[in-house]
Amino acid sequence: MSRHVDTVSNAAATPEVEQPFAELGVKPDEYARIREILDRRPTNSELAMYSVMWSEHCSYKSSKVHLRQFGDKKPASDAMLVGIGENAGVVDIGDGWAVTFKVESHNHPSFVEPYQGAATGVGGIVRDILSMGARPVAVMDPLRFGPADAPDTARVLPGIIAGVGGYGNCLGLPNIGGEIVFDPTYLGNPLVNALCVGTMKHEDIHLAKASGIGNLVILFGAATGGDGIGGVSVLASETFEDGGPAKRPSVQVGDPFMEKLLIECTLEVLHAGLVEGIQDLGGAGISCATSELASNGTGGMHVYLERVPLRDATLTPEEILMSESQERMCAIVPPENAEKFLDICKKWDVVATVIGEVTDTGRLIIEWHGDVIVDVPPRTVAHDGPVYERPYHRPSWQDALQADAPTADKLKRPATAAELRDTILTMTAAPNLASKRWVTDQYDRYVLGNTVLSQPEDSGMVRVDEETGRGVAVSTDCNGRFAKLDPYNGAKLALAEAYRNVSTTGAVPLAVTNCLNFGSPEDPEVMWQFSEAVRGLADGCLELGTPVTGGNVSFYNQTGDVAILPTPVVGVLGVIDDVERRTAMSWAEDGDLIYVLGETGDDFAGSEWAHEVHQHLGGLPPQIDLMREQALSQILVACSRDGLINAAHDVSEGGIMQSLVEMALRSGRGARIWVPDNLDPFVFAYSESATRAVVVVARSEEQRFTDMCGARNFAATRIGVVDSEAADVPALVLDNAYGEAITLPIAELADKHFGTLPAIFGPTVG
Amino acid sequence: MSAQGARIGVVTFPGSLDDRDAARAVRLAGAEPVALWHADHDLKSVDAVVLPGGFSYGDYLRCGAIARFAPVMQEIIAAANQGLPVLGICNGFQILCESHLLPGALIRNDHRHFVCRDQALQITNNTSMWTSDFELNEEIVVPLKNGEGGYVASDAVLDELEGEGRVIARYLGVNPNGSYRDIAGITNARGNVVGLMPHPEHAVEPLTGPTTDGLGFFTSVLSSLLQGAAR
Repeated sequence: MSRHVDTVSNAAATPEVEQPFAELGVKPDEYARIREILDRRPTNSELAMYSVMWSEHCSYKSSKVHLRQFGDKKPASDAMLVGIGENAGVVDIGDGWAVTFKVESHNHPSFVEPYQGAATGVGGIVRDILSMGARPVAVMDPLRFGPADAPDTARVLPGIIAGVGGYGNCLGLPNIGGEIVFDPTYLGNPLVNALCVGTMKHEDIHLAKASGIGNLVILFGAATGGDGIGGVSVLASETFEDGGPAKRPSVQVGDPFMEKLLIECTLEVLHAGLVEGIQDLGGAGISCATSELASNGTGGMHVYLERVPLRDATLTPEEILMSESQERMCAIVPPENAEKFLDICKKWDVVATVIGEVTDTGRLIIEWHGDVIVDVPPRTVAHDGPVYERPYHRPSWQDALQADAPTADKLKRPATAAELRDTILTMTAAPNLASKRWVTDQYDRYVLGNTVLSQPEDSGMVRVDEETGRGVAVSTDCNGRFAKLDPYNGAKLALAEAYRNVSTTGAVPLAVTNCLNFGSPEDPEVMWQFSEAVRGLADGCLELGTPVTGGNVSFYNQTGDVAILPTPVVGVLGVIDDVERRTAMSWAEDGDLIYVLGETGDDFAGSEWAHEVHQHLGGLPPQIDLMREQALSQILVACSRDGLINAAHDVSEGGIMQSLVEMALRSGRGARIWVPDNLDPFVFAYSESATRAVVVVARSEEQRFTDMCGARNFAATRIGVVDSEAADVPALVLDNAYGEAITLPIAELADKHFGTLPAIFGPTVG
Repeated sequence: MSAQGARIGVVTFPGSLDDRDAARAVRLAGAEPVALWHADHDLKSVDAVVLPGGFSYGDYLRCGAIARFAPVMQEIIAAANQGLPVLGICNGFQILCESHLLPGALIRNDHRHFVCRDQALQITNNTSMWTSDFELNEEIVVPLKNGEGGYVASDAVLDELEGEGRVIARYLGVNPNGSYRDIAGITNARGNVVGLMPHPEHAVEPLTGPTTDGLGFFTSVLSSLLQGAAR
């Protein structure tokens, strides 16, 4: 080969060579530190490895000092089997079952190349779950876009939805939930977060470590290509600038068919007991897998890089080390198991190659055709990356924002029955409140045959054990407007909503994952938002007793000076001992009583109404008392366990009215609703006070239900009755709105609710 | 043979996704599911075969086009021609068309999107081995989920299918994929091979499906096998 390869001895002999570290996203002081660690200049390959592993995306260098709180404030919980720091946390759900779940971002790639960016986001999180030894059983995708009718939303949204669906559907994983939120700040910075849930028996938990001298390092899955080079560094860890290069080559290309084979093959080698340690290849590719495995294990590894199967024979060693080609895994296998391991790979038509072995040298040594091109202490690559104490301060505009409260004299409110009726129709059709069926009907929610609840239910729920009915529920939530108004309480509100959604379906909340999406950490005001949100989430998790099991940070979600709404997406996982007793949102029987749990105040700051009708954002978000939230959760779970309620639905964006509209449309039945005496009808309908739910109670259970709420000193207010004959046609009838009755036929509400997305993005079925 | 004794094979190709679901449906219908592997020339003496949904071989080239050449398919094609009951669901339907066990082809949905929905169907043939437990013109609801589910064939073939009563189910209300003449499923002249685009195996438990209407396909083949044994 004529190309010059930069060897370790060459690097030692030529300290003066100028290296293009800035192009790889490495800062001058970081470069100096690499030279200090190695006591020479790095080879080009070493520089490539450090550049990706020390990127913001991989090293969490700006967020680490804040994220420590999740460990420091960790609540006492017996449920945690594997904590933060592994590929994904693992939680005990009883009966010998364990569940692992995690959410990750794939924001920048999805903006650059919507279909592949979103598809490989799903693929990456699925491999994280798989590498813990779990069978992936469900996915969900919290998504954020610019305004629904913006031209760039028309460019990115259909591709992202098709990518999420195309990959997940082809993998055979049901998509059971997620979110779709529109806000102008996400224009140019769509958020694609992907969550995966996996299940396993306790004894099947595996970790990413390379132990046992002489054990083999086996790379298996897809061949390595030139896609995704520098994805974590030059793509994920920088802000987009207008007129810059397209960065499209930094987006990976996915092959879900290969991933499906990889899932079955990996689970078979793990269950056969052939594997000592395992790691998926995602961000930073081989650089990450080899350095992390070595750093977590015996401490040394020797790799022969020329053995890596390539899609493109012209790739340089640096490119091979940095490539983020998808559908690859790395296993540490005792030599005596190698033959069986390779046989299983062959059965699944998965290419597997021994690329090295575990050593006790304490060094990660990588050869290329006999030349040593990497010789580093693996810990310095994987774990000892730079840590930044980024400066932060409360934004200069924060006080003015909080003072700009949406009072009745500032934002015009409906004041007659006719005006409120118009408002209800407008809100029912608002992009953020309208049905997301256009999206979720492109996802397979049935495959595997264990989906008990999926969108638009409050949480996604899957059966884990077909014999006992034990299952898990997951919900992700975040109102970024609340987080902008007050990042500390906004994060708590996101946690509270996800926690409530899980409880609403009858599951006991157990653990938390998060995906913290923010602007540039180099902006002190963004960094303040981040630090406040992390503090709020850590405090909230401690109060609720739900530990953070892992998560992901995505910075640089901004174009120029405009950052996205701070968006700390929180995922809560709950357990239910028998999915037969889940609570769904559809009201079933005429005559059942409709109650609202919790108290309704005048809370319109950051509300959907202020956003949709007045494009207003200001004031302080609703107050949140997590002890009250816990009491509500206990009531909802007890109601499910004791059979007291026939339906339940969380109250959040769009207030009580949105909950009622969704419940009515889900069941096709009408109801008669009356506004409590002490409330203005509009405030009753659209206030977004926290810690509330609408529940439907059979008359025969009313006394037990109200007794239970009374015993817990929790407000329960009767607001109506399920009634298909409340009007001539099935309708929601609001009995006493400003002295009149408002009749909203189900058919009219359905036109509004289901019509919005197809009108913007085009018809699907029909 | 008793229904309890019936053994129904479920084939796993690389990329099969609904094979577990099909096996569960077989079990809930009262038969024993038997796993069949794409690379084996072995049907393990099963009494019937289900080709499940999924993306066999990634659906690269054309849906079902590669699976049609799998070793196990050579055995299935020969046995089907001898009368072995075979049900192809979704990708399985595509494989049956590629194998020429059934006429026509399945193409990309007319609206170009993957679609997953609870689909109303009308059963229009209750004499095939997989539909005999239904009432004629019975309306059922089962999940449908496909990207390439548009059934197409020449007018002559469509006329022949309709003339011989070989359309086993039609879409009701909404045609979800542009299938000609609302065709959701067909059978061969002998009535032992059925292809169906919607997924009856996802409608076998009230907990996880929109209905339990899908069970009828699996109990039908057990009834048919019993009748065959009795004759």
